[in-house]
Amino acid sequence: MIDVFFQYDFLRYSLFTGLMIGFLAPFLGVFLVVRRLSLMADALSHITLTGIAFSMLLGRHVTFFTALNPVYMGMVFSVAGSLLIERLRFVYRFYKELAIPIILSAGIGLGVVFISLADGFNNDLFNYLFGSVVAINQTDFYVVVSLTAVVTGLIILFYKELFFLSFDEEQAVIAGIPKMPLHFLFMVMVALVIGISMQIVGILLVSALMTLPVACAMRLARGFKQLFFYAVLFGEISVVTGLVSAFHLDLAPGGTIVMANILLLIGTIILTKKQSL
Amino acid sequence: MNTHTNTPAVEIENLSFAYRNQNVLEDISLKVPHGSFLGLVGPNGSGKSTLIKCVLGLLTPDKGEVKLNGVPVKKFDKWSEIGFVSQKANSFNSGFPATVFEVVSMGLYGKVGLFRFLRKQHKEKVREAIAQVGMEKYAQANIGQLSGGQQQRVFIARALVSDPAILILDEPTVGVDAKSVNNFYTMLRELNNEKGMTLILVTHDIGAMSEYVTDVACLNKCLHFHGDKQVFEDNKEEMMTAMYGHEVNLLEHNHDHGHHHHHHDHDDAGREQA
Repeated sequence: MIDVFFQYDFLRYSLFTGLMIGFLAPFLGVFLVVRRLSLMADALSHITLTGIAFSMLLGRHVTFFTALNPVYMGMVFSVAGSLLIERLRFVYRFYKELAIPIILSAGIGLGVVFISLADGFNNDLFNYLFGSVVAINQTDFYVVVSLTAVVTGLIILFYKELFFLSFDEEQAVIAGIPKMPLHFLFMVMVALVIGISMQIVGILLVSALMTLPVACAMRLARGFKQLFFYAVLFGEISVVTGLVSAFHLDLAPGGTIVMANILLLIGTIILTKKQSL
Repeated sequence: MNTHTNTPAVEIENLSFAYRNQNVLEDISLKVPHGSFLGLVGPNGSGKSTLIKCVLGLLTPDKGEVKLNGVPVKKFDKWSEIGFVSQKANSFNSGFPATVFEVVSMGLYGKVGLFRFLRKQHKEKVREAIAQVGMEKYAQANIGQLSGGQQQRVFIARALVSDPAILILDEPTVGVDAKSVNNFYTMLRELNNEKGMTLILVTHDIGAMSEYVTDVACLNKCLHFHGDKQVFEDNKEEMMTAMYGHEVNLLEHNHDHGHHHHHHDHDDAGREQA
C-alpha cells in the first residue's frame, strides 16, 4: 500500500515531508501545550492563510510572485503575527489570552479581503486549507529538510532553558535564563513550522498536528523527555496512516491525518481511563 | 560555600517600594550575616514577598539598595549562589509532566550555562540533592503525583543542587501538613548548623518557626523589629501588637492583599519589558 509512495517522486517528497512534519509539529507542540499556548498554533495558522492569499493576490499583478510558492509569504505573515501576539499579550497583561482571538480574527478578516480581491477561491487555495498529497516539489522538500535540521538543532541546544521557562518562569528568570530572546526564538520556530506543515495538512488542521499527539502523550508520559518521545511517535503514526489513506481513498490528507490522530487520542484516553490530568 | 567574612550575606539599606503611590515598604534596613537563620515574619500583605523580590532583583526599589555578598543586586551575577523556594502554588502547574529528577536538574541550569549540557557529575549532584531531602524513592515519579510536602522537598532539592550559600524560602510551608512542616524546619536547621548555609525564611506563621531560627525580623510596611531570637521571644507580646495590633489593619489587610497580587502581575510585566 505504501510502496506507491516510492514509485513517484512527488509522492516520495510528500511522504518524507510528512514524516518530518510529523516529527517537528509535535516536537514544538510539547512546549506550546505545557505553556498553555495550544491555541497559539491556531492563530498563527490563520495568519499564514492571510499571507498566502496576499501572495496569490500579488501574483496576479507581479510576475515575481506568480512563480513564488505562496507559503513563503505565509511564513512571513506567521512570524509577524507571532510578534504581534507577544506585543498584545503585553498590552492586555491581565487578559493575555485575548491576544490569540484578536490575531486570529484579524488574520481571517484580512485573508478574506485578499481572497475576494483575487477573485475568490480556486483549487490552490482549497489545497492550502485542507492539505494535499501532491503539493511538495523538490525545492519545497529541501526547504523542509533544512528547516527540520535547524529547528531540531535549536531545540536540543536550548532544551534545558525552554524546559525551565515552561515549568517555572519566575525561577528560570532568577537563575539568569534569558526569557525574552528564547521566547522570541521559539515563536519564530513555531511560525515557520506551521508554514511548512500546512502544505500537507492544510491551514485549518495544522494546529491539530501540534496539539493532538501531545494530548495523547500527556496520558502516557512519565517525565518531560518521554512526553517528546510519545508525542513524536503519535505524530508519525497519524501522518503515515493519514497520508496513505488519503492517497488511496482520494481524500484531503488534512482530514485523514487529523482523524487518525483523533482515533489515537480516543484509544489512549480509554486505555488510561483511571488517571485524571 | 561557607564564606565567613565581615560582609553580610544580604544587606538592605533604606529600601522603600511603592506601587501606584501606595507605600508597600518604607525605609527598610536589614543585615543578614553569613551563617544566620533569619525568620522574616509579618501578616499577609505586609510586603514580605515584595521585599524578597527586591532582594532577588525581580523588582527595583524606589529608594535604597540591596547588596548580595557586598555586590549591588543590579551587578550581581552569581545567581547559582542564591537558592530560592517560592510559594509553590504561585508558580507551578501541578499537571506538568516532569519527573522529580528533571525538576531538580533545573537547579543546575543557570550554573551550567547556555550552550552546555548536563554531564555525569551534574547528574550525580542531582541524585545527591534528591537524597538529601529523602526523596530517592520518587526520583522517576511525576512531580504532580506527589503530596504537597513531598513537592516542597523536591523544590528544596532544586534550590540546594547548585550548592547555594544563601537559601531564601518564601512561605514554603503553605499547604503542607503540620507533621511535614516540623520535619521540614528540622531539615532547614540542619542545613544551617551543619553546612553553615545562610537561610532567610519568610512566613506569616510565627509559632512554628521560632524554635528553629537564630534571628527574627518583623515586617509590616516598616521593619518593627530585627534581632536575636531570644530578644524577640522576650518581647513577643509587644511585637505582636506592633505588627498585628492596630485594628484598622484588618480592614486595610484585604486591600493590601489585593495590591499584593497586582504586584505579581506588575512585576511580570516589568520583566517582559526588560
